[in-house]
Amino acid sequence: MLIKAKKNLLESALTPESVYSERRTILKGLGLGSLLLAGPSQAGFFSKEAPVEVPAAAKRHALQYEKTSPASPLVLTPESKILTHNNFYEFGTGKTDPFKNSQGLELEPWTLSVEGEVAKPGKLDVWELINGAQKKGAQLEERIYRMRCVEAWSMVIPWIGIELGQILKQFEPTSKAKYLAFETLYDPEQMPGQQSRRIGGGIDYPYVEGLRMDEAMHPLTILSVGLYGKTLAPQNGAPIRLVVPWKYGFKGIKSIVKIRLVEKMPPTTWNMLAAKEYGFYANVNPAVDHPRWSQGSERVITEGGLFSAKRQKTLPFNGYADEVAGLYSNMNLKQWY
Amino acid sequence: MSLKKVFALALHIGVHLAALLPLVWLFWAVPAGELGGDPVEELIHFLGLGALRLLLLSLLIAPLVKYLQIAALFKLRRPLGLWAYTWASLHFFAWLALDLVFEWGLIAEEIIKRSYILLGFSLWLILSALALTSLPRLMRAMKGKWQTLHWWIYPAAIMGCIHFWWSLKSGWFEPAVYLLITLVLIALRKKKLLGATAR
Repeated sequence: MLIKAKKNLLESALTPESVYSERRTILKGLGLGSLLLAGPSQAGFFSKEAPVEVPAAAKRHALQYEKTSPASPLVLTPESKILTHNNFYEFGTGKTDPFKNSQGLELEPWTLSVEGEVAKPGKLDVWELINGAQKKGAQLEERIYRMRCVEAWSMVIPWIGIELGQILKQFEPTSKAKYLAFETLYDPEQMPGQQSRRIGGGIDYPYVEGLRMDEAMHPLTILSVGLYGKTLAPQNGAPIRLVVPWKYGFKGIKSIVKIRLVEKMPPTTWNMLAAKEYGFYANVNPAVDHPRWSQGSERVITEGGLFSAKRQKTLPFNGYADEVAGLYSNMNLKQWY
Repeated sequence: MSLKKVFALALHIGVHLAALLPLVWLFWAVPAGELGGDPVEELIHFLGLGALRLLLLSLLIAPLVKYLQIAALFKLRRPLGLWAYTWASLHFFAWLALDLVFEWGLIAEEIIKRSYILLGFSLWLILSALALTSLPRLMRAMKGKWQTLHWWIYPAAIMGCIHFWWSLKSGWFEPAVYLLITLVLIALRKKKLLGATAR
């Protein structure tokens, strides 16, 4: 197996996440978002520390946002792990492929078109949103959320984004709008997985996802434009992606170009590929096993090296049952997985 | 030393280095982040794929000897087979230790419930039997039975390809290529295999 030499790793940043917030405050004051430079890596194969190289952040710049998450007891997953462990099949099916193959993705300009059952269909200038020039006082805020992948691993990610509901309101959904159909960029020239079924894991592109209207309007549902204080890296779904913390990660569609409001439940990519394995709802549910993975527990990707792996019990609705269980009170969740 | 012996020694050293160096590389690559920020999954795949490749290499030896008429190659089957078993064991161990973190209840459940894991586990048991009976003393003691047991390497290779195929969430190209290679290698030994099973 050939693995590219690490010419992409330009900066090495020794940033224990425990001091992240402290340093971030200082950096915000200085306006130095991306210059997290520190000493060289000392981690070894058996060491308790994780690799500390943070991949080049050339494409990411510091964001202005409000920190609205209440003080969280969750331990953040180190930024380097969030940047180099991704599922984004448009760039290859391996966990490091998105990081290796997505750095050239053209992000500017980027428009997100909102259409279908809305009174005012239109295009959203994503960079205008990111740069805080949004009218009506819409503000970027930080949300520290658990992220549970259907593959039985999890992370804790400090997202920066805006509630999807706030954005949708501007387009005035009609009474016929029952569901949302999301679509990722389709650009085979930039996305090798869309050129070749072999690289793209045999998926039909563009990647599509969907939500029910009440799920989309729920205040926990955000469109994220950044993480760890900076704009998103391409492999994390730059410049704008969906985050629904009580659902499996594959619902969090990346690099979105279109949201269509519709009357009927829209098709979704993984459901079309294997309906028995991936449902439309895909709510995190330890009581319903996936044919490939027990969903009762998860491997936590957190601080620490190779041999500090931890497992923890998976919570119903990924720990957000108090907030969202009511959305599904009349449904049999074993049937609607 | 005769030229023949030097050649045979060089071949052996080549096999050992080819099987060992990627493992040594891991000691650098994992802390350097070459397998990503969370190397567990990539590491498990790396070890599993390596085991399959070594297994197929060991199956390539007999046809090679036949076409190249170099008998010295025969002696490479044993180290290749044992290295394949070593990689397969590391692959299994990495899954036990790094993914499931030695939660034995969950491990037992996963082996029983997930067909691709059950297949991989069965394959590992077969390879264990083959590796154990590679001890020269056991080889001699088993006489004819040894060969009968070791024909299992062919079903094992097919199982390895299917285990790989089933483990993928989507896509089929890579395991299909491995399966095709395995079937070609088996076809090359058709006469011998048919003779052995007819007996």
